[in-house]
Amino acid sequence: MAEIHLNKVCKSYGDVDVLFGIDWTIFDGEFVVIVGPSGCGKSTLLRTIAGLEKITQGEISIGNRVVNDLEPAERDIAMVFQNYALYPHMSVYDNMAYGLKIRGLEKDEIERRVNHAADTLEIRDYLDRSPRQLSGGQRQRVAMGRAIVREPSVFLFDEPLSNLDAKLRVQMRLEIKNLQQRLGITSVYVTHDQVEAMTLGHRLMVLNGGYVEQLGTPIELYEKPATEFVAGFIGSPSMNLLKAKISGDGTKAEFSDHNSLYLASALPSQANRQVTIGLRPEHLMVNKTSQANMSIKVNAVEHLGADTLAHGEFEGCDEIVTLRLHGIVMINQGDILPLEIDPDKVHIFDTETGKRLE
Amino acid sequence: MAVASVETSIRTGSMTRVFLYLVLILFSLFYLLPFVVMVLNSLKPLSEITGGNMMALPEVWTVEPWISAWATAQIGIEPTGLSPYFWNSIKMVVPAVAISTMLGALNGYVLTKWRFRGDTIFFGLMLFACFIPFQIVLIPMARVLGLTGLAGSTPGLVLVHVVYGLGFTTLYFRNYYMAFPTELVRAAQIDGAGFFNIFWRILLPSSGPIIVVSVIWQFTNIWNDFLFGASFADLDSQPMTVALNNLVSSSTGVKEYNVHFAGAIIAALPTLVVYIVAGRYFVRGLMAGSVKG
Repeated sequence: MAEIHLNKVCKSYGDVDVLFGIDWTIFDGEFVVIVGPSGCGKSTLLRTIAGLEKITQGEISIGNRVVNDLEPAERDIAMVFQNYALYPHMSVYDNMAYGLKIRGLEKDEIERRVNHAADTLEIRDYLDRSPRQLSGGQRQRVAMGRAIVREPSVFLFDEPLSNLDAKLRVQMRLEIKNLQQRLGITSVYVTHDQVEAMTLGHRLMVLNGGYVEQLGTPIELYEKPATEFVAGFIGSPSMNLLKAKISGDGTKAEFSDHNSLYLASALPSQANRQVTIGLRPEHLMVNKTSQANMSIKVNAVEHLGADTLAHGEFEGCDEIVTLRLHGIVMINQGDILPLEIDPDKVHIFDTETGKRLE
Repeated sequence: MAVASVETSIRTGSMTRVFLYLVLILFSLFYLLPFVVMVLNSLKPLSEITGGNMMALPEVWTVEPWISAWATAQIGIEPTGLSPYFWNSIKMVVPAVAISTMLGALNGYVLTKWRFRGDTIFFGLMLFACFIPFQIVLIPMARVLGLTGLAGSTPGLVLVHVVYGLGFTTLYFRNYYMAFPTELVRAAQIDGAGFFNIFWRILLPSSGPIIVVSVIWQFTNIWNDFLFGASFADLDSQPMTVALNNLVSSSTGVKEYNVHFAGAIIAALPTLVVYIVAGRYFVRGLMAGSVKG
């Protein structure tokens, strides 16, 4: 019922262009995440969907209705803000009821909806308090309550968890996910945190500098990043992106004289060309059989308990390589580690355009 | 170790405190002296003042000068006392303060939350109003009042003071609202609130401190204004300050200093009351605007 269509959406402030022709269809009931570094235009894009910013070109429609010229209130949306944006002089109840009062709903209906939302979010005990008396997590719930009572056809979230501490963030993340599943309302969620994006979204849009880098499911983005940017952005610790030269027969990527790896399929078209090779830290393995074609000298080791991170560099070139080994592995600074990787898990990007090569 | 040092710090602290209080009390006595002289002399018969003893306590306490100043003293040619002019001032000050504060708040709201092309230049120009001396606008203002038919009336004075105060009130509210989270305005927009609903229900309820600042500032300035009152008012709209001048500087008859003192105190009383009632918000409001803005 509430599909969102973005059709060549452009936005500029005076001479400064912020969004360049964004195309996307968000399906009914879908939870999508817009993710990107700060300043990439993701919040602007969300605000154009909300109607808080007018777009300069293109078309936005919500539920088959073009909303370009509609006010935020007419778009049948609700939004949750980063700083909660609770009205400080109103009680929790009034915060949630304000929008309903403006729409002229009956008092009984307002009460029913607010109480229902309060039950859903377990904030019934705080209805009489003012936002000042609530903790960060409670405020976040009230902000979501204010969105729910509107019974909108679209939820918009603008980095709602970034003000919470790490533990609470994980908890609220799950709650938002469950809530969205239960209500089945189309949701657009903006974040700069790739873990949030991967865990919450059915589909993700990776935005960079106002351009869409890639659209896809979290797994697609992880397994087949379309660009070097997405490759480095998705995944933690981030993917090793290393300069290499494709050998004359196109079968090998050579980092330096002693370090190279075989490709899953030959790339004769790229022979002798400079490319960027992407290796995820968790896909690199230590190979003790000495058949490996590459090895690093370890500079630093980090023990995380569940994993061990080792940082080192190839002999003969100064590229830093990180690898992530499962469990506690005893590695010392200065060790030489022979490495190997499943050729299917090697990502190759054109160094000039940043595009994936296959 | 830590405890011991805390104790010494408290001892030296209390010593310093006693000294501080002494100095402060001395200064406040010094500043209160003129007021005390006024009060004392307003409560004694004229003969005691002309007898040459300004600083002494009254031998005969009397409120006669106060009654005279309020109700019967000769102001200009009428023996009306200050009371009609007091009400003239009230009738001028209350709407002028209310209107200039509301318009200032509205300006601040638009300049921070509904930004438009050239808004900073617009604000800069409004700030000029704060630096224009009263005397410069006298003639143009007289012309405007004449053309609008408001010359010599209380609404005319209200207009003058609103126009003159707008620069200041806009500055106060603009700085205050700069620090007001824009997300709240956005949230209200999504909740369906319009321009004025957001202003009334979201911004104004959070504007207490800055409203107090604006009211005190405007009230003091408008109440104490003499030049506009003397220039643009008729006999039936003259404010308190002009009447006080007429009372004190009349060149015929005996100078009733006790009545003059009483009159001066009456003229200063409303601003004093406003300060006492709202003063503690004054500094807080000024700080809130300046620090965050």
